[in-house]
Amino acid sequence: MEELIEQLKQQIIEQLNLEDLEPEDIDPEEPLFGNGLGLDSIDALELIVLLEKQYGIKIENPKDGQKIFFSVKSMAEFITEHKK
Amino acid sequence: MTPVIETYCHLRNNRIFRDGKLLFESPDTNLKDFLKSAYKFLNPGYAKFYKMDELSKLGFLAAEVLSPAFDKELRPEETGVILSNTHSTWVTDLRHQQTISDTENFFPSPAIFVYTLPNIMTGEISIRHRFRGENAFFIFEKFNPELITDYINRLIMSKKIKACLGGYVDRSTDGYDVFVYYLRSGKNSTQKPKHTAAGMWKLYEII
Repeated sequence: MEELIEQLKQQIIEQLNLEDLEPEDIDPEEPLFGNGLGLDSIDALELIVLLEKQYGIKIENPKDGQKIFFSVKSMAEFITEHKK
Repeated sequence: MTPVIETYCHLRNNRIFRDGKLLFESPDTNLKDFLKSAYKFLNPGYAKFYKMDELSKLGFLAAEVLSPAFDKELRPEETGVILSNTHSTWVTDLRHQQTISDTENFFPSPAIFVYTLPNIMTGEISIRHRFRGENAFFIFEKFNPELITDYINRLIMSKKIKACLGGYVDRSTDGYDVFVYYLRSGKNSTQKPKHTAAGMWKLYEII
């Protein structure tokens, strides 16, 4: 899980062009949206693409997104459960 | 009465000029690194910059360079943004096309796609500086000050706006060319260039 979390941090920085951040700046339990990393709706779409492109996981129900993308840790847990 | 130009800037060949004088020069020869070092030099503290495409970054930096002259007393709807270019969002369009050209690896990126319209750049500038006046983007075969100056001067004469960012922000696979200016109505000076097509041609070619 730790390895996956570190990999996700790097992928999020690259995919979302968060060039002023380093992986160690991201607390895996910190919210990705709102007061946390301050991501926006376009970033949410990018995260959906990231899951599908990098891990082959499609989110069937958009309502699940809020829980899945709450933090890096919640993303890692979801990937671990659903990775093909 | 023809408005006068308060301030203007050029971004060319890894250099930034304000009012014809060199403000910043980057040793970086590629655009990506130039944009990054110029952002760090201007230090606007606006992390969304990193998410923008190159065209928006160029327009954003030009507006930052001119921003000390922006009249903070004006209401948001009194400042317009009227810009133009030649290649629209061609470079970003190509990047988007790459993400959708392979049917086996079809992953269009929302973050790229959202910048496949040039008026997104005028939107980014307007959001940053809270401009809510007339907002338009024109595409010409080459820099065309005749239409831009006429359009902006009419907006000012009809009292729809009191200030405006105008000019040309172009990005193509061959390079980039930026000439952006700020004008404020009611501030007349014999020392400052008048906002006429001939005057803008002269300023455009000064660097």
